[in-house]
Parts: sequence; structure tokens; C-alpha cells
Amino acid sequence: MAGNDTAVKVHIDHVVKKFNGRNGEMVALNGVDMDIHENEFICVVGPSGCGKSTLLNIIGGLDVPTEGHVYVDGKEVEGPGPDRGIVFQQYALFPWLTVEKNVQFGLKLQGKSQEECDEISRKYLKMVELEQFAKSYPKELSGGMKQRVAIARAYAVDPKVLLMDEPFGALDAQTRTQLQQELLETWEKEQKTCFFITHDVEEAIILAQKVVIMCARPGRVKDIVDIDIPYPRDQATKMTPRFLELKNHIWNQVYQEYLSVRK
Amino acid sequence: MRQKKSTLWSRIPNGVWLLISLGVALALWLFAASTWPAVFATPAMTWKAFLSKAASGVLWGHMAASLSRVLTGFAIAFVVAIPVAFLMAWYEPFRHVVEPWIQFIRNIPPLAYVFLIIAALGIGQTSKVTVIFIAAFLVMVVTIYQGVKGVDVTLIKAARVLGASQFDIFFKVTIPATTPFILVAARLGLSTSMTTLMASEIVGGDKGIGMMIQQANGYYQMDVMLMGIILLGIIGICFEKIVKYMERRFTGWQETIQQ
Repeated sequence: MAGNDTAVKVHIDHVVKKFNGRNGEMVALNGVDMDIHENEFICVVGPSGCGKSTLLNIIGGLDVPTEGHVYVDGKEVEGPGPDRGIVFQQYALFPWLTVEKNVQFGLKLQGKSQEECDEISRKYLKMVELEQFAKSYPKELSGGMKQRVAIARAYAVDPKVLLMDEPFGALDAQTRTQLQQELLETWEKEQKTCFFITHDVEEAIILAQKVVIMCARPGRVKDIVDIDIPYPRDQATKMTPRFLELKNHIWNQVYQEYLSVRK
Repeated sequence: MRQKKSTLWSRIPNGVWLLISLGVALALWLFAASTWPAVFATPAMTWKAFLSKAASGVLWGHMAASLSRVLTGFAIAFVVAIPVAFLMAWYEPFRHVVEPWIQFIRNIPPLAYVFLIIAALGIGQTSKVTVIFIAAFLVMVVTIYQGVKGVDVTLIKAARVLGASQFDIFFKVTIPATTPFILVAARLGLSTSMTTLMASEIVGGDKGIGMMIQQANGYYQMDVMLMGIILLGIIGICFEKIVKYMERRFTGWQETIQQ
């Protein structure tokens, strides 16, 4: 199991993000400090409006912090790039490209040859068990399948960090559980640093080594909980006393935040 | 939603329906021709008018003149509408200045400003093409603009994250995402070009289907007039079929709303 003994992959240094809204200045993130270690799986939970998506976008380079810095492998983030893959909740597949061409999109931009692209896309479509849909268009796939393609596309460019913004939020409970399981298996096999946002506490605990609880208005880190349940984990893990204990602990903290936001 | 029952009607193939539809139309036409013989030529007379005009070659001259006007006006409008629509979507000041003009002129029937254009450009080909250009351009620019505006930002983000430059985003995301709207615009533009054709040919000139209809009116040749009207309809349908084919060919990937 990867832990704090491995190198720091992402260093988040006092990130502040302010937006100018209709009601004046809004502080989305108020000084977030966090280290993500190599091959670590981190989940972020918190009420809506706690700035968790903003934080993900800043790491991804799609958003610029008002203050503070983000470093990946010691290099400051200055925009989006293939070293930080993002999986979006809305899948974001290119509807005019086949499944295979979607997976190859980033590879082509890197100037890889067609053979290389084919080989890599085959590998990752196999990983998500969609080889037989290589020539299909996204419209022919279910939501769960689309998200699998998006995960394969993110993996294909071999990013250092995988950022996932509520990737399973739009899926039904069964598909969701299945994709969680698959994601765990892939993560254990491929060893990747994962930063995963969710509002589902169970999902966070089953996946992560560390759960970051954020609080809202302004968004900041409230607590970081180490999930000391060994891998491999599966659905049975959700019934163990330790899981329930952690769930209870984290849920209480998140719930307090929900209440404070409602006020 | 109502349960769709397999009735007698639903078992008739579409091709047969088309024949039935044409048959009913023909019957109505025959009825009209026998009731108002001074106004409506019979199908046989219209067909004969077509054959004689086609044999003498006069018809092809009219058709070539009209088609070249429609296609030239449309083509220029198409080529200009695309960049203008992109500029409107990308540059706020440009849109703020230009959009009100477009909305304003769009609602004026071309027939109203055709004389102004003839006064400015004469009665030659230029003024006719210009009228068609204006009408088609206005329709297309609005449609394409909406397409560019509507490109899903998440797709652009996804492309950027995968390493796409601004150049890549334009050619690999914006253009394909806008293609369905460009094709819809082409369809609307072509049909507008056809409807504007008559306005453009209303004054002056000696060739064109519109001219032929007007001449027929002058000589009281009701068969030629009806033939010209039907010919315009057929050309319009052909244009629509061509663009529909292109839509299926290039934008078959689109999610269609389930009925």
C-alpha cells in the first residue's frame, strides 16, 4: 500500500480562489494546503459549494488560483496538460468520434503513430472491457459504458495524476458499484495517483487511502481521515465494523457542514 | 405516450404512401382544372408545355440562369456566414454591433429591398445574386452562430486536458461540434435562396424560371406558368434531399431524441 513514505506527487500550497459574483466577492477556497503522494488514492468529500471542483480544476490547470500555487513533481502548474488527466461527471466524450478514436485523441496530439495509437487504445479498452465497442459511437453506449471510455481515454495518455470530478455521480446505484470495483482493480494494477471528488461518503471510503473532508463558505480542508482498511476491498468491505465506524465518523463531519451551509 | 398499435395504416410502406399522396394531389389538380379551366391547366397540358419548352431548349436556358443565381448567391452567403458567425460567437463587441442589424433585416421581405439593390447595382446578374445572398446569409449566420455558441464547454476542457492547443481545439472540437448546425444552416439557406429567387427575378432580365413565369403571365400561358411553379418545387426538393443526405453522412453520430 502506498502511503506517506512515497514521494510527494502534487503539492498544493495555500491555494486561495476568489470569484467576483453578483453579490460581491465570493471566496471559493480559503487557503488549502495538501500533499498528494505518489500512487496515492485520495477522495474529497464535502457539501456542494465547498470548492472541491474548483480545487480539482486548479490542479488540472483549467482554473487559476487567486493566491497560492500547485506543483506537480516540483513543477508549477501553469495550465492544463496530459500529465494530469481529468474524468468529468458528464463523460465529455467527443460524440463525432468512435470509442476507439476518443481513446486515441490525446495520443494523436502527442504525435504517436497509428500503430502505437491502435495498440494503446486496444490495451485500455480491454482494461475497461469494451474492446468489442471500439467502432461504436458514444450515442450507442449506456452511461456507465461512456464513463468507462472516458476512464480509458484518461489512462491512455498515461498521466501522472488522475483527477476525477464525481465521475460516477450520474450513474445508477448498480453501475456505480460496479465501476467503483473496476476502478479499484485498475488502480491496483496500473498504480496511479488519484484525486477523486465525490459527495458519496461510502464511495470515498471504499476507494480511498485518505478521505479529505472539506467545509464550505469559504472552502477549506476540515479534516483528513486515513482509511486503514487494507486492499483489495470489495462490496463485503462495506459491512465490516471498521468501515461502518469510519463512515459514521466522516458522515457526521460532512453532515455538520451540510447543516452549516443551510443556515 | 400512447401505445403504437399495428394498424392497417402502419403496415403500408412509405413508398406506397408517397404514391397515394401524389394520386390525391393529382385528383385535386384535375378537379381544379375542370372547375376553373381558365386558371389551372390540366396535368396533360402542363406536361406538354414542359416537353415543348424542353425540346426547344428555352427551358434549360431559364433553369441554368436561375440555378446559377441561386447557387452563386447561396455559396457566397455560406462562405461569408461561417466566419461572421464565429466572430459573433467569439467577440462580444462584434456581436453587439452586428446582431441587431441581422435581426432587423432578417424580418424585412426581400421583395421590399430588391428595388433598392437594382437601383444600386443595375438589373444584371449582380443585383439578383446580391438579393439571394442577403436573404440566405441572414438565415445561415443566425443558425451557425447558435451552433458555435452551443459547443459544450466540457468537450473543450476535455480536449485541453488531453493536450490540445487552441488550434487543435478549433479544428478537432469546434468545427466537428458545429457541423450539424452548419448543415442545418445550409438547408435553410438553400430554401431561402429558392424563395428569394422570385423576388430577385421580379424586375428586368430575360432569363430565369421566375422570368419565364412572368412572361407566361403576360401571354396568358397558364400551362407554362404552372409548369414553372412545379419546376421550382422540384428543384427545392432536390436541394433538400442533397443536404439531408449530407446530414446523414456527416452527422450520423448525433444523439437523436427518442420518439
